[in-house]
Amino acid sequence: MNFTNGAELLEYCEKENKKISEAMFERETTFLEQDPEKTKAKMKKAWSIMQASAKKPLKENIVSMGGMIGGESRKLHTLRENKKNLCGDVVSKAIAYAVGVLEVNASMGLIVAAPTAGSSGVIPGVCCSLQENYGFTDEEICQALFNAAAVGYLITRNATTAGAEGGCQAEVGAASAMAASAAVELFGGTPAQCLDAASFAIVNILGLVCDPIGGLVENPCQNRNAMGASNALISAELSMAGIKSITPIDETIGVMYAVGRSIPSELRETSMGGMAVAKSACEACAACEKQTQK
Amino acid sequence: MNEIGTFDILGPNMIGPSSSHTAGALRIAFIAGKMVEKPAAVRFVLYGSFARTYHGHGTDRALVGGILGYHPDDERIRDSFEYAKEAGLDFTFEENFTDKEIYPNTVDIYVKDENGNEMSLRGKSIGGGNAVITRLNGVDVDLTGNYSTIVVQHIDKKGTLAFVTAVLSAYDLNIGSLRLYRESKGKMAYAIIEVDTMVTSQVINALRGFEAVKNVLLVPAIDLD
Repeated sequence: MNFTNGAELLEYCEKENKKISEAMFERETTFLEQDPEKTKAKMKKAWSIMQASAKKPLKENIVSMGGMIGGESRKLHTLRENKKNLCGDVVSKAIAYAVGVLEVNASMGLIVAAPTAGSSGVIPGVCCSLQENYGFTDEEICQALFNAAAVGYLITRNATTAGAEGGCQAEVGAASAMAASAAVELFGGTPAQCLDAASFAIVNILGLVCDPIGGLVENPCQNRNAMGASNALISAELSMAGIKSITPIDETIGVMYAVGRSIPSELRETSMGGMAVAKSACEACAACEKQTQK
Repeated sequence: MNEIGTFDILGPNMIGPSSSHTAGALRIAFIAGKMVEKPAAVRFVLYGSFARTYHGHGTDRALVGGILGYHPDDERIRDSFEYAKEAGLDFTFEENFTDKEIYPNTVDIYVKDENGNEMSLRGKSIGGGNAVITRLNGVDVDLTGNYSTIVVQHIDKKGTLAFVTAVLSAYDLNIGSLRLYRESKGKMAYAIIEVDTMVTSQVINALRGFEAVKNVLLVPAIDLD
């Protein structure tokens, strides 16, 4: 079984009465001829790395290689523990875990690129928070991650998840869409609702540029992962409430790709525009200092 | 085009912070590390974005980790400089800002073993932790390291390729791809052979049994997951 776009995926799920995660697992084990048990074991491993990377900053002091981030996750958890958090527990935890993964990533720790290293905090943030707040089992989360992978596959196949090609909307946007769709499946939404949630997530941050200070995956990447996690939860909630996307997922992905290509190259991971050239940002970044000396 | 699977999306499992600047760089150095018996000294020349951001991306640590044979998810990468000292591996980095035409994430690696044998290669990191070797000892090549790869360094002489394929056939190895590159007619040449299965040291030794063959190297595939 194979599918190459959202319409085919949806048609298959509706005809066979299957979840998106089940369709993706089937594609993996039939069309791609992967061993079912090994595939499950690989997902289990990916999830355990995601959890470890989300929770590591609570146990250890982390300083990033570029020196611009470190300690943000613990600050956010502390705020919530002191009951000073503005967001509810679900969003508060999701953003705390998401920024934590970016700390681990920026300090040369082990992460799962999901779909990229720069957007690696979004999915663990959402999944860890949902697990803690609603008691989903590891098996349920692993199953939902196949749903997330299906959405990431649709975007990669039909557009891009590279910041250099499509800006941050393609990286954090993809991660956010993947997490939104997985969250809807966890809460019992239909495949159509999953893909609507993915559409919302993409459209909500359409056009977001990729402008890493000093060329490093630290700032503004870290906060944007927090935004991507909260955007995923918002998008899932919109869809679970029965709100319908005006564009089907394939069209949304096409729009995102077209917007990505129209973003000037200065704002696509080249660090020649946006935050990367802000005076204060450059002053704060050792890498920029090095760059201007040359 | 290779079909995209679940773990191309949720993966690779990798040491951060950047698949191109960390995992991809490591992959190039991993291949370089297999080019000599036991690497004792290595010099890296970094170009483009690699030259500008290698400290903050840990590209330098990933490169040294690659020479040490680490995989992209090895948590020793962050401390690879210390591990290199323990292993008696000297390393230096140079930045090249003058060559502007070159692909932005490129590195040249010069690696020497204890006996002073030197090999050099040029690699570019092409995103998602993938890399391509584009030059080997000054000869333009194309090598990804996605498969187990045998590199046969030989004098460009008639009959060498027939010998190589006969050996591979005798050991029942299926050739995925085979390409020949040479400096010029009658000079040093390279047969680069990608195979699907494990390659034993017997195969490598058998391939050395031909006069024109100067050296045979094996680069095992890195499983990014």
